[in-house]
Amino acid sequence: MDLPVIPIIPVAKSGGGCSSSGCGSASDKLSHVPDHIRQKVQDHPCYSEEAHHYFARMHVAVAPACNIQCNYCNRKFDCANESRPGVVSELLSPQQAVKKVMAVAATIPQMTVLGIAGPGDPLGNPERTFATFRELSAKAPDIKLCVSTNGLRLPEFADEIAKHNIDHVTITINCVDPDVGAKIYPWIFWNNRRIRGREAAAILIEQQQKGLEMLVERGVLVKVNSVMIPGVNDQHLKEVSKMVKAKGAFLHNVMPLIAEAEHGTYYGMVGQRGPSSAELQSLQDECAGDMAMMRHCRQCRADAVGMLGEDRGSEFSLDKIEHMEIDYEAAMERRAAHRDEVIAKLEARRSSLGAAPASAQTPAAPKLRPVLMAVATTGQGVINQHFGHAKEFLVYEATPEDVRFIGHRKTDLYCSGDNTCGEGESVLERTIRALEGCEAVLCAKIGYEPWGKLEAAGIAPNGEHAMEPIEEAVMAVYCEMAEAGKLAAPLEKRQAA
Amino acid sequence: MALTITKLCTACDACLHVCPNDAIVEDKPYYFIEAEKCTECLSEYAEPQCAAICPIECAIVNELDEPLNPPGSLTGIPLELLPEQRFHAGY
Repeated sequence: MDLPVIPIIPVAKSGGGCSSSGCGSASDKLSHVPDHIRQKVQDHPCYSEEAHHYFARMHVAVAPACNIQCNYCNRKFDCANESRPGVVSELLSPQQAVKKVMAVAATIPQMTVLGIAGPGDPLGNPERTFATFRELSAKAPDIKLCVSTNGLRLPEFADEIAKHNIDHVTITINCVDPDVGAKIYPWIFWNNRRIRGREAAAILIEQQQKGLEMLVERGVLVKVNSVMIPGVNDQHLKEVSKMVKAKGAFLHNVMPLIAEAEHGTYYGMVGQRGPSSAELQSLQDECAGDMAMMRHCRQCRADAVGMLGEDRGSEFSLDKIEHMEIDYEAAMERRAAHRDEVIAKLEARRSSLGAAPASAQTPAAPKLRPVLMAVATTGQGVINQHFGHAKEFLVYEATPEDVRFIGHRKTDLYCSGDNTCGEGESVLERTIRALEGCEAVLCAKIGYEPWGKLEAAGIAPNGEHAMEPIEEAVMAVYCEMAEAGKLAAPLEKRQAA
Repeated sequence: MALTITKLCTACDACLHVCPNDAIVEDKPYYFIEAEKCTECLSEYAEPQCAAICPIECAIVNELDEPLNPPGSLTGIPLELLPEQRFHAGY
């Protein structure tokens, strides 16, 4: 097998994730990456777990057309959580998109990245996509440009992408075997025909792989997204991870299938289930032996605005941005100041961690079992959110050696509707169910009622580490649990709710 | 001879790019086909291009109001799971 063109983070030990010399902190993860890549991604929330605590991104929905069908997608769906041109979200012209980007960049100092991700396939709408990029690189030169694609037309546009200085591309690759692909993609539009089944999947896979190679040759940073579909491609994704790493992809993002009957997708309608949090984590860990894994993806909409996990899109609707006065020069300076401040802070933290080993060594006994803990945070890398305000929790795994980021758990389970929209569970019940497997939840504050219910569910509420850096607080709680003798025996299996 | 776009169209733009006759007009809330320009791609391609890329079943019909992509033909969803679609199809 050929060596990858871009050196990849060294093979992680069995646990995957961060495995540096007792790093004990997520802030050290990027230190394994070559400097030129680290500089590219250190303020990119979608490419760096660390950056996503401090920086924001936005997507503009300029690309409605698609040229393939995926079994997890339904273009007709018009719930508020989905993008559909002309119905829910606003489809933007390139000019409107540029205006919106300028407005957001002037309002949100954390904003560093503009992506085009749909709602169809950006490269299936090349005129609209590249017109947006062209104008933005002239008017907002400090904003990083990225694009997500299914890869079908990637070889055709690899040069164009490199020319526009789009240095981050995400390709969704769910398989490298056409027989697996035939179960995921019912058809593609190719050479003026609708092609179905295995033949369609074979063409798509060939184009994706060729496109990946061409981008890597041109020095473009490539992330690969894969949707984990239990029983369809879950085991196969390990092979996908190996293959895309060998071809030079920088990061692999395995995401859980979202399939509900009410979404009207093929998988939703036929009852294909998505993976549990534990299944997702286990597959990510297995793939991590082969490549750097991304675990902080929020699977956001094609018109999302803000920090990952939040969506401020409604503040920037077309009628609102029309009347906004934008001083872009001033905004650029504000954002540069924010960026410099954060980068300096992170660099300082990184070097202090390098000098003094993290608290990880304290609970010396290596036989202690790992513990999952949930954290409520609004960003900045600290525990700063009230339990009841958290729409999602970040999950960390603590071991005697380190604390590593595992993923996030949504409490609203992909639905922002009220209690009548879903199973009628209370928000608290849903939250507790979402935290399955976690033994503690760290937050800034917590009310009396949830406190009792969390304890009853075997999850220890903890408000003692408010405003402390996440990894240090998690390690401190882990040490307390170790001292209390809670970590010697394996955790009893709790029944799933 | 011409194809017609039904109200199921989501205005996704896909057909617009592939029509060899520029017969498709962007309109709200959905697109339409200028009948005098449409050739159903008979002389150009093996399949009418709009219908070959359209992701929505029953969104494009022929002169007999027959959908070129009938229910279930694009998504593979079994018909018994698609009760509503037939009522909305407008045929």
